[in-house]
Amino acid sequence: MAANILEVDDGSFDAEVLAADKPVLVDFWAPWCGPCRAIGPVIEDISASFGEQVKFVKFNVDDNPATPAKYGIRSIPTLIFFKQGSVVEQIIGIVAKAKLEEIINKIL
Amino acid sequence: MKKADFDLVIIGGGPAGLTAGLYAARARLNVILVEKAIPGGQVNTTDWIENYPGFPKGLSGADLVQNITQQTKRFDLNIENNEVISIDCSENVKEVRLSDRTVTTHTIIIATGVSPRKLGIPGEDRFYGKGVSFCATCDGPFYKNRVVAAIGGGNTAVQESLFLTKFAEKVYLIHRRDELRATKILQERAFANNRIEIIWDSIVTSINGGLTNVENITVKNVKTDNTKELRVDGCFIWAGIHPNTGFLGDCVRLDESGFVIADSNMETSVHGIFVAGDVRNTPLRQIVTAVGDAAIAAFSAEHYIANIN
Repeated sequence: MAANILEVDDGSFDAEVLAADKPVLVDFWAPWCGPCRAIGPVIEDISASFGEQVKFVKFNVDDNPATPAKYGIRSIPTLIFFKQGSVVEQIIGIVAKAKLEEIINKIL
Repeated sequence: MKKADFDLVIIGGGPAGLTAGLYAARARLNVILVEKAIPGGQVNTTDWIENYPGFPKGLSGADLVQNITQQTKRFDLNIENNEVISIDCSENVKEVRLSDRTVTTHTIIIATGVSPRKLGIPGEDRFYGKGVSFCATCDGPFYKNRVVAAIGGGNTAVQESLFLTKFAEKVYLIHRRDELRATKILQERAFANNRIEIIWDSIVTSINGGLTNVENITVKNVKTDNTKELRVDGCFIWAGIHPNTGFLGDCVRLDESGFVIADSNMETSVHGIFVAGDVRNTPLRQIVTAVGDAAIAAFSAEHYIANIN
């Protein structure tokens, strides 16, 4: 995994995501999910160009059921953008790199 | 010969597009493959592939995609993450309008595949990602020890229902006819699986629930017209497909369901435009048929280009 993507779990979610000092993109994924594996490299690519302004986080829903349940996640990959602790955008399923960049630029 | 940016533009990066790219790159055509999301297409969502020759134990869709993509990279196939908005096929040199620019090309291979068809019933959009799903490998494990409905009766519906039984304690397979269309070995497995209950002759007329989750579905028997509510935690929909041809306009001839018509060289009604894979009017939509189409389409494109030079 790229150095600028942080692995977060149920225990560290509040501190690392909700209390973060910049916007956070959380990639909810699991090892069994084919499309999640496909979207991983896209997130890594984007984290290279937006790493300064956005915090990139991966969240394994398999090991950590509490947070996905709290946000009603029943489908992965789900990407959620948090800004000052609130959900500002949610994307379900595979998404193109250009579309993700567009959304990040809108949020920043 | 008139100049063009490319010999060949391949639209779509599923198994068909990637294979066409592999053949074209090895033929040293000046080729670009345009994929709007992520290489692999629908195969990314396929849990396990048992009928692709050469893999005696089978393999996951994600692994197959990674293998084919790596193989194309070995021959330097140029894959661009972009979307084709439209094409202009009125001249011999065709124009492909992308989201940020227009490119010209001598030939095109259409390999845009299909998307799952929505049912168009109440609750379907509202609960998408919150209990309504088109992808068991993405969402199946969220339904550990829960009850789900699966709608459809073809290969995908039956195969994915079997996958769901690894997690769900019960899968209602709801099919509008009195027999399944799926291949026999899948039918045998479904009939033998005590977690699958098939509800015959029935359609789902609405998906119902609270603010955040699906609670039940309304099922109507099409023979008796009786309706009943079935308590489920999720609803998976595999009730058909529609071809991804919106960008084509009226450029090439389509069949009555919107699939692209081609001859045995995979050439469409327009000279120099070829088609491969699920988006083609074809009796069978499998990975193995898609890659076969693609090899022929790339070969035909190469011939077309050789003849204009």
